[in-house]
Amino acid sequence: METAIVSKSIQERFPDAIVETKPEWICLKKEIFTPVLQFLKTGHLAFINLHCITAVDRQGSVEVVYHLYSFEHKWMLTIKVILLDSDLTIDSLTSLWSAANWLEREVFDLFGVKFTGHPDLRRILNPDTWSEHPLRKDFKRDGFIPRPVR
Amino acid sequence: MAVNERIPGSEYLEKFPGGEVILAKSQDVFNWAKGASLWPLTFGLACCAIEMMTTGASHFDIDRFGSGVFRASPRQCDVMIIAGTICVKMQDSIKRLYDQMPEPKYVIAMGNCAISGGIFYHDSYSVVKGAEAVGIPVDVYVAGCPPRPENLLNGIIKLQEKIRSTKARVT
Amino acid sequence: MDYEELIINMGPQHPSTHGVLYLELKLDGEIVVDCRPNIGYLHRSIEKIAENRTFVQFMPFTDRLDYLASMNNNLGFCLTMEKLLQIEAPARAQYLRVIMAELNRVASHLFAVSTFAQDLGAYATPLFYALRDREKIVQIFDQICGQRLTYNYMRIGGVSADIPVGVDQLIRDFIIYERQMMAEYDDLLTNNVIFRARSKMIGVLSKESAIDHGVTGPNLRASGFKWDLRKDEPYLMYDQFDFNVPVGKNGDSWDRYNVRMLEIMESLKIIEQALNGLPEGDPVAKINKAYRPTGEIYVRTENPRGELGFYVVGDGNPFPYRLKIRAPSFSNLSVLTSLIRGLNISDAVCVLGSLDVVMGEIDR
Repeated sequence: METAIVSKSIQERFPDAIVETKPEWICLKKEIFTPVLQFLKTGHLAFINLHCITAVDRQGSVEVVYHLYSFEHKWMLTIKVILLDSDLTIDSLTSLWSAANWLEREVFDLFGVKFTGHPDLRRILNPDTWSEHPLRKDFKRDGFIPRPVR
Repeated sequence: MAVNERIPGSEYLEKFPGGEVILAKSQDVFNWAKGASLWPLTFGLACCAIEMMTTGASHFDIDRFGSGVFRASPRQCDVMIIAGTICVKMQDSIKRLYDQMPEPKYVIAMGNCAISGGIFYHDSYSVVKGAEAVGIPVDVYVAGCPPRPENLLNGIIKLQEKIRSTKARVT
Repeated sequence: MDYEELIINMGPQHPSTHGVLYLELKLDGEIVVDCRPNIGYLHRSIEKIAENRTFVQFMPFTDRLDYLASMNNNLGFCLTMEKLLQIEAPARAQYLRVIMAELNRVASHLFAVSTFAQDLGAYATPLFYALRDREKIVQIFDQICGQRLTYNYMRIGGVSADIPVGVDQLIRDFIIYERQMMAEYDDLLTNNVIFRARSKMIGVLSKESAIDHGVTGPNLRASGFKWDLRKDEPYLMYDQFDFNVPVGKNGDSWDRYNVRMLEIMESLKIIEQALNGLPEGDPVAKINKAYRPTGEIYVRTENPRGELGFYVVGDGNPFPYRLKIRAPSFSNLSVLTSLIRGLNISDAVCVLGSLDVVMGEIDR
């Protein structure tokens, strides 16, 4: 319900930014994504809290998922951006929210998504010498013991 | 004071005629002193560290076994209680801390994660499967997830018995 | 004479860093010029493990995230899965969940406050008093579910077992006892001249900076912003209980300590009301355990350290396709760099202690 209201507001302001709207999430286009989020933060919807940034590996593409929250209206909004495996780059949001700094470093570490404009993009949870990105579905490494299937 | 059989350690002591002198082997006295004053290193990594702190608190009181003095610097410790999961990023630090401890030194592996990787054995890419995999020889294994404080005290008592049964080295 | 800046490692093994945290400090004498926290020394890859475990098998892993508040972590995961699968727990189970979560909140805040005092120099006495009180809570939990630290008590659709006979009297005795003991902590710490001098106006976090960094929980309330998920977006039975939400004035370390102490008193009120209103019935979960959910959901609950969020994506298999844990201490720690510039090292230790982070949930 609230996703429909937000989706209509975005549609009025940025006519061709939305790829798909479902009751649970809104999927945006990569190119026009930062101005839309700036409008969501500073406009009348007041989504001033960036709660979480994460990613899902869909084997061919990576969906970057943002969860925004508005204290005024008490709405939680989920925004997705789909990146293809051949071009895993997206704009960084550190200029809008400082919380994005560490959250984007974690997505880079685990999935390999590069955030352009990030002040300090390096690994955060795994050692710096690693070259793999562990949460991809095709991850292989020595010493990884899978659970035996019964 | 007359030596009688109810004094602990009286199997190491010999009564001397006339009283006021007791005789014991120096190996036994040194082993007893080493075992009764094991100073641990504050090395809590994860959940087992909370149970280690609870063992040091007043209800379970590790100080009555002589181990109440937790020191942060490895140069001043006798025993390293590895409490918690050992991860890939941390294993160099653990090896370095173990090498920095002066002899005689002992290691207690507390909790399932320090023994063999615990519940993180399967499907985990960043957990080292136990303290032995880092290259550290372990003296006592205390199992549990996390082990109860009484279990850790049992481990310390076992370590004391192990120390008391070692032969003196010729140096 | 030539002066240089000194780079010091406040290394992974340190008595004051509350776990395995590696701070690279750049110092000018004793003043901190810059600080770079490095985390990942306890990264146990719980999110990758989740992709190969069923939802019921994943419950013990949620205990080990924030190991001082295991009941709250269990509760967060149960509520997420119940909302995704659209099942509801029986009424007695809801009340029992509230009682366990609030008891664990009291235990966690006691531990946090006393290790904060230990960092400031009160080395043993507040810690021993707090662990003495926490021991009573932990023995109550031992009678209920057999474990002292990682409980694994809640199940999707209810709890795992009913409370034994006589435990509710133990909880009531504990509430009376704890209300008397809080006066001891006020004598020792809250009205102590040295404690106030060392923590007032140290590490001031403004409201805008806290919201910008994603800080939640008592740290946000100490900065003056009245926000508690139990009041503003109630889950379980919290809208039927009568309790206040303490708010601080300045956002300094003393305010963060004071908010936690006041929250302990509020939690005791909630437990008393829940015990008085405990309905009859069977709290054990009796639902078919072969869950194969599709779709995705994101649910947050109020942990003692902030808002814990679970994002679950299901695709019809018994395992989750992706499970993301949004840890409150992750965002709380990211604020540290901006807070300790210009302070002495001893004040930096004070700020880190007052933020109350647990490395188990930062690194997951």
